Amino acid sequence: MGGWQAIDRKTVPANGMGPGISDASKEKIRSFFPRYPSKRAVMLPALHIAQDELGYVSLTAMRQIAELLELPPAAVMDVVTFYTAFWTHPKGEKQLMLCRSLTCELLGADKLRERIEQKLGIKDHQTTKDGKFSFMIEECLAACDHGPCLMVNEKMHKCVTPEKLDQILNDPHSDRLDQPRSDLYDAPVHNRQHHHH
Amino acid sequence: MAYEKVLLKNAGKPNSRSIDVYRSGGGYEGLERALKMSPAELIELVKQANLRGRGGAGFPAGMKWSFLPPNREVTYLCINADESEPPTFSNRVLIDEDPHQIIEGTIIAGYATKTTVAYIYMRGEYCEQFHTLQKAVDEAYAAGYLGKNIRGSGWSMEMYLHRGAGAYVCGEETGLIESLEGKRGWPRIKPPFPAVEGAFRKPTVVNNVETVACLPHILTRGLDWWKSVGPAHSLGPKLFCISGAVNKPGCYEAPCTITVRELIYSPEFGGGMRNGKKCKAVFPGGLSMGVLRGDTFPKRPAGEAIDHRKDYDELDCIMDFEDIKKYDLLGLGTAAAVVVSEDDDIRDVLVNNCRFYAHESCGQCTQCREGTAWMYKVAKRIQAGAGRIYDLDLIEEMTLNMGMMPGMSICGLPDGAAWPIRTLVQKFRKEFEAHIRAQKPQAAQEFIKRVNPAAYDLPILQGRANAATGGTFSFDHYVGTQK
Repeated sequence: MGGWQAIDRKTVPANGMGPGISDASKEKIRSFFPRYPSKRAVMLPALHIAQDELGYVSLTAMRQIAELLELPPAAVMDVVTFYTAFWTHPKGEKQLMLCRSLTCELLGADKLRERIEQKLGIKDHQTTKDGKFSFMIEECLAACDHGPCLMVNEKMHKCVTPEKLDQILNDPHSDRLDQPRSDLYDAPVHNRQHHHH
Repeated sequence: MAYEKVLLKNAGKPNSRSIDVYRSGGGYEGLERALKMSPAELIELVKQANLRGRGGAGFPAGMKWSFLPPNREVTYLCINADESEPPTFSNRVLIDEDPHQIIEGTIIAGYATKTTVAYIYMRGEYCEQFHTLQKAVDEAYAAGYLGKNIRGSGWSMEMYLHRGAGAYVCGEETGLIESLEGKRGWPRIKPPFPAVEGAFRKPTVVNNVETVACLPHILTRGLDWWKSVGPAHSLGPKLFCISGAVNKPGCYEAPCTITVRELIYSPEFGGGMRNGKKCKAVFPGGLSMGVLRGDTFPKRPAGEAIDHRKDYDELDCIMDFEDIKKYDLLGLGTAAAVVVSEDDDIRDVLVNNCRFYAHESCGQCTQCREGTAWMYKVAKRIQAGAGRIYDLDLIEEMTLNMGMMPGMSICGLPDGAAWPIRTLVQKFRKEFEAHIRAQKPQAAQEFIKRVNPAAYDLPILQGRANAATGGTFSFDHYVGTQK
């Protein structure tokens, strides 16, 4: 726990405006338009699509989405900054999301947090130097019957013990789902290949 | 008496997610019956069943539907699957085990409200569940239960899943609507209520997943069966979650006649305390509804010896919509209990509660935004061993000045924040005082010297400040690994 930290909205990130989304993603976003009476309502699907492709929502992507939804870019940034799921700077290939709500904490989530921080050398909302892991601590992930729980990208790991945590960190397929994905949304970019094997 | 499972009857069956298994157990029969009735008759039936909303507030669903204006062209139905209340997971279990039950219920609710488009708003963290439910929706479309002219009734409805992105406040119905519209999930000032002016400024109904899952059973099993389950003010089967320091955490179905003690100790439910520990505290309805003591609660918590004739045992609390209020709880809530054992420090529980609400306050109303963060700071101070007796009074005073009940806020989140924190401080006051009395006399001064009082670790930065201030991440390196 450091000192007071605030959001820096003035400094442009080191990679400038960042990459943009592909034409395929734009087409995917457009395919959501018939579902809603307003284009603005496609905001959350569009941000999910952008984050799935880029790993985060870059400033360029925000502008592109604003253009697609016929909104000022500030309206997109407004939404991006409200929801905890969206990252505004690059994150690692695997996002570790640890639950810290009451049940998980009673069952030892804080020990897991310490272990993750110590093993990977990163704290909440940081990414390892090799770009493999990002770590975030979230409120209730709704798997309290199997606490403490840890999500790796889309995959929920239940009843995570320190030993199981080591396995999860070493397993290259720790984010693979046991079930078929819906093709409505693409998989996060880093694990697209092993879903299309 | 053995209770026959209804909502969870398909749970554990092989391939229970598929439409074939669902139909072989009588699935979609409720819908066929509903389509033979008129929407008005259906609303009347649900009103007679007094189906109370399972999402938290317990508002009767039939009543909610009847608030819709009579002459309307467009109606939206939002199904609330933004289950974020710790420690609730019953919606997840329903989606995992029996997604078609939810879809059938949604179609029935849609028919009763003459809905044109139904949105199922799922929380963003439900990734696996999203794929499960989307597959079920595709199956339902293929079988003609959704789309144009459903089962030859002349009525059409589309159903879409909408993924959230991690915000507790989007479980509030107008916050959900704002989020659906592509804005930040800031709850709206009511009136106008969603039934009159909701999603996209059109009449809208917001129902919980579990509420609509009850509808097929009311239709197939009939009103007499429904009224035979549970007490008159809390009819029908209900899902109860239990987690924490118990042997068998899980989601269980029961009528609203079980007590908190049964939920923890009965072999059918929680199976007793883990390692035979004593129960210190229970949050029986999700965090927001407040806390029960695991032992006898003295009516005068500040002092005198316990009098068993006057004081009451809080674990006798019945999990229904009304009895629970006698124990200074806000309501049944999501009926999800978390059990705290005697080994756990009550100060940690307080900090965890305060942090949750400080993190999830949407920031719209001042007393909620500032109050939750303030209480979090005070709780951290107590946890760090620098509390003052006065802090307990301070927290109590803050909780009394937050929320809709004193008329300070737009939505109920601060009420739900104040309630557990106030009940924790009141019901466990002696324990907090004992911790504070055991501190060194100079603890508070030392703590202030050691820590910047403004420093509390709310994750407001989302990594942005790390990038700007040279965190561990290197952008150059990242771009290098991409190619």
